[in-house]
Amino acid sequence: MTKPIRHAARMGDPGRGLMIFAIAYLIFIYGPVLFLPLFSFNDSVFVAFPLQGFTTKWYEQAFADQKMLGALQSSLQVGAIVAIVSTILGLFGAKAVTRYRIPGQNIVTGTIMLPLFIPEIILGISLLILINNLSIPLSLVTVTIGHIMLCTPFAMAVLTSRLDGFDRSLEEASMDLGETPWMTFWRVTFPLAAPGIISSLLLTFIVSFDEFLLSFFLSGQQPTLPVFIWSQLRFPNKLPSVLALGALILVASCVLVVVAEWVRQLGTSERKVGVA
Amino acid sequence: MADNIIRIENVTKQFAGGTKAVDDANFNIERGEFFSLLGPSGCGKTTLLRMIAGFEFPTEGEIYIDNQASSLIPSYKRPTNMVFQSYAIFPHLNVYDNIAYGLRKSNLSGSELKRRVNEALAMIKLEGFGSRRGDQLSGGQRQRVALARALVKRPKVLLLDEPLGALDKKLREEMQIELRQLQKSVGITFVFVTHDQEEALSMSDRIAVMGKGKVLQIAPPKELYEKPESIEVATFIGNINLIDVTVKSISGDEATLEGVGFGQIKAPTIDGLKQGEKLVAALRPEKLSLSTTRPGGSFVEGTIKASAYLGDRSQFHVFVKGRSNPIYVAAHNVDNIAALDSAKSVFVTWDPRSLILLRH
Repeated sequence: MTKPIRHAARMGDPGRGLMIFAIAYLIFIYGPVLFLPLFSFNDSVFVAFPLQGFTTKWYEQAFADQKMLGALQSSLQVGAIVAIVSTILGLFGAKAVTRYRIPGQNIVTGTIMLPLFIPEIILGISLLILINNLSIPLSLVTVTIGHIMLCTPFAMAVLTSRLDGFDRSLEEASMDLGETPWMTFWRVTFPLAAPGIISSLLLTFIVSFDEFLLSFFLSGQQPTLPVFIWSQLRFPNKLPSVLALGALILVASCVLVVVAEWVRQLGTSERKVGVA
Repeated sequence: MADNIIRIENVTKQFAGGTKAVDDANFNIERGEFFSLLGPSGCGKTTLLRMIAGFEFPTEGEIYIDNQASSLIPSYKRPTNMVFQSYAIFPHLNVYDNIAYGLRKSNLSGSELKRRVNEALAMIKLEGFGSRRGDQLSGGQRQRVALARALVKRPKVLLLDEPLGALDKKLREEMQIELRQLQKSVGITFVFVTHDQEEALSMSDRIAVMGKGKVLQIAPPKELYEKPESIEVATFIGNINLIDVTVKSISGDEATLEGVGFGQIKAPTIDGLKQGEKLVAALRPEKLSLSTTRPGGSFVEGTIKASAYLGDRSQFHVFVKGRSNPIYVAAHNVDNIAALDSAKSVFVTWDPRSLILLRH
């Protein structure tokens, strides 16, 4: 009985060092981010210490700014469409690579996943050149197309791991019992992939909502929120209201990520029970 | 003319790598029969079953199900249902909805559907389990649900892919008897895939033994065991002693042979046997008996090197001069078999009619 206790005590020493490292790490990562909400309540145009007192006027100003609200709406619209389209594409792709023997399967998968590894600036410039050559006017539509290209690999990665996780004979059993491949998809594949689909929707939405470089290259008269925020940095008096908006987005993102992770774990634990 | 529910004609399945999983299979399965496909893993038995189910399509040949050419008909349009090796119980549905899954599309009224599902639950003795989820069931219960889900569709043929493999020995033996009784009472043709020869022998009307994609022999269990047509079948089904022999002379239906380590022995002749032909004589261990005194008739003298006590019977390994493999002898534990343990020298005897001649 003494052995495990001594073992635990020995484990305590490096633990303390790790704890300090972990705290330093968290401050390094999240410290700067926390200035956002802090200065958004600061009663001064200048984003600098010392703090000048508490105010909510930047939030009021943000919500009164029609251009900013327009950009927010653009981002939400683009994000929603991108999430849905890339998740559908990802689902089809994931089903294809997990369920069929395709000639040159690794090349196909590699090609779909490639946008993840191409520097975004290259991706942005090449898309811009292509779109210009096709004489398509830059708009939210072109932004959406670019984002779909970027987000589909994310959707595919999430959904492939989900579809890989369940017994292939479940789909065969459904067809054996008289359901067509299409109805089998809706009655078996879709409900079993649902946790993966939800986390894919959330993930691709966040990636699109966050995306700056592609949006910067591909947007026309209507900027997305990150592009709008970047353009406002030239006007120091607009900065506090940008911070206010940023603080709100930060909170919303945290909620989304937590929900996405919760849904994903729900799916995983259910799968574990299924195997046992 | 027999009433054949399934006719398999020149069926070959070649996979992308070029290997033939099934090589020119030809046989019929009769209506109402319990038919087993038996063979080691990788012999093509599961591929053949999956072609009958419609999950794989033959590269060549045709499969007739109830006189309809079916090789290109997808699984959801075939009058067959399958019990999967993994059972494939839908994890997002409860037991009731699993069993009702295949009935939703049929034009059954709500009350009729409910009656059919409850009937199926009663058949598998799981009344009151309707609201359980698949993951709340034991292995045996999942197996029953898979069976009920397939049988509730009233298929013309039920396909079973090693359905008892995952169960422990005692439950497996119970299910063997239950499955056999069930098959008799519903009168549906069962096609049963297994690698377990005892399972196939105890349950089947007929067995097809497969090896390396080829169907080696199709026969009722007793015939398969007593009259194997090839060395592969003889060695795969049960234990057997093989003796290399050369034909010395043939008179009537009896052949005299020179056996390595056995000297001159006699055996029932086979078609086209020629003097000087080299072949293999096979002898089942339980057809042999041991004695300490020199017997009359056919015998060979040897030494007991090992023995295993198996409760109802014992197995002996007897070494004979001039033979590298021991002779396996199985004897029921009656008389004073136990006294043979210590015997140094024994005589192995047999009835010449129990010898089976097999060509290489």
